[in-house]
Amino acid sequence: MTIRGFKNHPYIPNSVPEIEDEMLKEIGLNSIEELHEDVPDEIKLKENLNFPEALGSEYELKRHIEGILNKNKNCLENLNFLGAGCWQHYVPAICDEINGRGEFLTAYGGEPYNDFGRFQALFEYQSLVAELVDMEVVNVPTMDWTQAAATAISMASRVVGKKQVLVPRLMDREKLMAIKNYCEPVLEIVEVDYDKKTGCMCMDDLKKKISDKTAAVYFENPSYLGFIEVNGHKISDIAHELGALSVVGVDPISLGVIAPPPSYGANIVCGDLQPLGVHMNYGGGQSGFMATMDEEKYVMEFPSRLFGIASTNVEGEYGFGDVAYDRTSFGNYRENGKEYVGTQSALWGITAGVYLATMGPKGMEEVGQTIMQKSQYAVRRLNELDNINGSYFDSVFFKEFVVDFSKTGKSVKEVNKALLEKGIFGGKDLSEDFPELGQCALYCVTEVHTKTDIDKLITALEEIVL
Amino acid sequence: MKKIDRSCKVRKNFHQAKWDEAIIFELSQKGERGILVPKAETKISEKVGDGISKLPKNMKRKTVLNLPEMSQNRVLRHYTRLSQETLGADVNVEIGQGTCTVKYSPKINDQLSRIPKMAELHPLQDESTVQGILQIMYETDLYLREVSGMDRITFQPGGGSQGVFTMASLVYAYYKEKGEENQRNEIITTIYSHPSDAAAPHVKGYKIVYIHPDENGYPDFEAFKAAVSDKTAAFFVANPEDTGVYNKNILKFTKLVHEHGGLCGYDQANANGLLGVTRAKEAGFDMCFFNLHKTFSTPHGCGGPAVGATGVLKHIEKYLPAPLVDYDGEKYYLNYEITNNPYSVGKIRSFNGVAQVVLKAYAWIRSLGPEGLYQVAKTAVLNNNYLFKKLMELPYVDAPYIKGKQRVEQVRYTLEKLYNETGVSTADVQRRMMDFGMHYWQSHHPYYIPEPMTLEPTETPSKADLDEYIETLKFIFNEAYTNPEIVKTAPHQSVCHYIDESGMDDPEKWAVTWRSYQKKFK
Repeated sequence: MTIRGFKNHPYIPNSVPEIEDEMLKEIGLNSIEELHEDVPDEIKLKENLNFPEALGSEYELKRHIEGILNKNKNCLENLNFLGAGCWQHYVPAICDEINGRGEFLTAYGGEPYNDFGRFQALFEYQSLVAELVDMEVVNVPTMDWTQAAATAISMASRVVGKKQVLVPRLMDREKLMAIKNYCEPVLEIVEVDYDKKTGCMCMDDLKKKISDKTAAVYFENPSYLGFIEVNGHKISDIAHELGALSVVGVDPISLGVIAPPPSYGANIVCGDLQPLGVHMNYGGGQSGFMATMDEEKYVMEFPSRLFGIASTNVEGEYGFGDVAYDRTSFGNYRENGKEYVGTQSALWGITAGVYLATMGPKGMEEVGQTIMQKSQYAVRRLNELDNINGSYFDSVFFKEFVVDFSKTGKSVKEVNKALLEKGIFGGKDLSEDFPELGQCALYCVTEVHTKTDIDKLITALEEIVL
Repeated sequence: MKKIDRSCKVRKNFHQAKWDEAIIFELSQKGERGILVPKAETKISEKVGDGISKLPKNMKRKTVLNLPEMSQNRVLRHYTRLSQETLGADVNVEIGQGTCTVKYSPKINDQLSRIPKMAELHPLQDESTVQGILQIMYETDLYLREVSGMDRITFQPGGGSQGVFTMASLVYAYYKEKGEENQRNEIITTIYSHPSDAAAPHVKGYKIVYIHPDENGYPDFEAFKAAVSDKTAAFFVANPEDTGVYNKNILKFTKLVHEHGGLCGYDQANANGLLGVTRAKEAGFDMCFFNLHKTFSTPHGCGGPAVGATGVLKHIEKYLPAPLVDYDGEKYYLNYEITNNPYSVGKIRSFNGVAQVVLKAYAWIRSLGPEGLYQVAKTAVLNNNYLFKKLMELPYVDAPYIKGKQRVEQVRYTLEKLYNETGVSTADVQRRMMDFGMHYWQSHHPYYIPEPMTLEPTETPSKADLDEYIETLKFIFNEAYTNPEIVKTAPHQSVCHYIDESGMDDPEKWAVTWRSYQKKFK
């Protein structure tokens, strides 16, 4: 057998041979090979794993990985107009500073007595998001909006005791796939058609499909394709009339200027925290939230942890703890768990809290306004180009909009390839997800884009399509 | 000046940072702000106006947001203080969080994950522009295949529990194709596997069947034989279980399930003590998952972001969520072909998982190599058995099952005797440990082992660290007999004192947000 093991490794203090020997002796063994006595020989590996030897030093590791990552071309070196569920916003330095603090980065499942700051920071995150969405209860973050939406839908189903959910046809197809997988075979998901002119949910189709079997109507505002669902109130009313709930997914960075969902009848709100101070990370910055009013029938259907504030036995102190812990799979509900509690994306919740506190009411209002102005400017400029329709739908939009290239004679794929050669990441190609729209792409303009950036896009497109 | 006497290993003078820091809303000062936001240039506003007038009336925010108004340095100070009031693994001897493998997370890996070539990538960028991260994902897939024996890994699940959920989804998809999804409606697990092994399949509509341990702490094979049937969709189990007992008969279990046409899913949350020693494939599993934030050292981040990398054998591959990362000899690409069939589970998490966490796991694997991974497992088990031996020498500590034999990477102890003799409970010990800067975890509910204490040292602590932890526990156990009140009323040196949780289950009193608190406790 090959001699195995790596002595004196910097991450493994007790790999020092003398210490290893001393400890082995203490437990009555002669070599590390004698550990694992219960692992049967027939399933023990006889040779080392077959992959490259360790890099020789931290310096070599750094050089090696930086070398690989240098093959990437990122959204700072290029001009990026991609959104579609992951958005390029400015991340204030303070968000990175707090997010990188070793205490938060390496904490995990402690109690308030040792992880007091984690509890307070997450309680505050819950409180700050609650203000943003105008609700009273917010959970410790989930994996992403996709999971938050699936969870919110299931919560709604349990609250009203029905098994069918309506969702808009114009939603992220991948999110829909994940929701369907999450809900199968317990819930039935039915798509509601859209108004061809505005993209908004078709009221006639909604009325046709909703019934007393419907648990909830889920819709998003701004929608996946950027337009504002102006009929939010009507949708909620229709749902409520038949005993269903209104579940609304929302981009939180829009809420400094756009009405919060409860104002148009939402019972459960969900969304993604990534726009609030989290880098895109190739899609690794996503983090979901859910919110409801503080009513027992809703709170008891949250499957996630909810950190609540409490008193201690010393006056003048707050403590924190788990609200209704038994409702979770960590409590007494393992096999009857409404979902699974485990590691999700708590650090992004703390980061989102830092972002909201830094931005304050003024900052959130201003960023919302800037995004609206800049994205409207982009559409105006796009419309000046022959054969390009800057906004396929005739609706007010936030941050994202559907650009129609159908009349250019070029596919979105071709346009994007040509843009890439000019250092521009064009919008997401929608032609496969929504073929009925023709050659359309979803563009995203945020506060990070300057007039020069947008004009550069226009000039590039002018050269490509003319 | 006299040299400080360090012969006592217990940190009697420890005190955690306590800042009396207000709730963030209480720090608000009208007019203050934390950052200036980029404005639209004049030429833009000349062209489009204020932008928001376009909003339909009913969709405009009418009230001013009730967020705190704070200067930037006040926000920074607030959160830095809260971080100081958090005892992460970077600042304490982290042995006390059993089942979670809280090990050292090298700083270089975190720094690399933050560079703009990683952090500023959009998941929908053209493949030609993300060759670096795709290479990292592809190669990490290859390494994890080698560690597990599986044929393919997906990084989409955002944590171990979503890994279990993914396995449950794969099982459902597998039987759906065979038309057996209604017949095979049971998943068998053990009571000492993680709660998510029961809870996640339940989301997929499965009935959960539990196997209890036999007198030695191994899952009871006779009970298992009685439970396996043609209703069995799968057997989900952690091995070692959370007790640290490794089921040496695991092959008999997986074989029996296969004979009845079922699948086997391995919860490898406790894989740290087995790296390079044994693998899921050889133990007869069809699928498994690893917590990259645990075994592969990407830090826990207060509970994520993480990755529950899920591996499968060839016959399960086509049910995986899309896309997978592949290499054609020249370039790396997102492969939808394998999963582009009606039976694929489609999608579990948005985009392609938490790429920066995969990067950190890659860096960790590359800094250890095969010999290092083997050393990790061996030292983790050595540390655990050293701790185990030292604690079992104490008269008031016990650990049910396999007396005199080794455990793998953790042990679930019981302090039942201590409690019976002194009235000091495991919860009391937990709070008192905090007074010496130590973290300690009991176990998941329900407590199948009375007064539990679950410790997992991993490969990270030195012998001196282990001795300090042991000495601190001994100090407290001694207090339980000599001065139990000081333990029961702990903590005394922490940020806060004993928390009154009586309102936590009462809708009239619970408050999940500051808004609710103000409404209820004005």
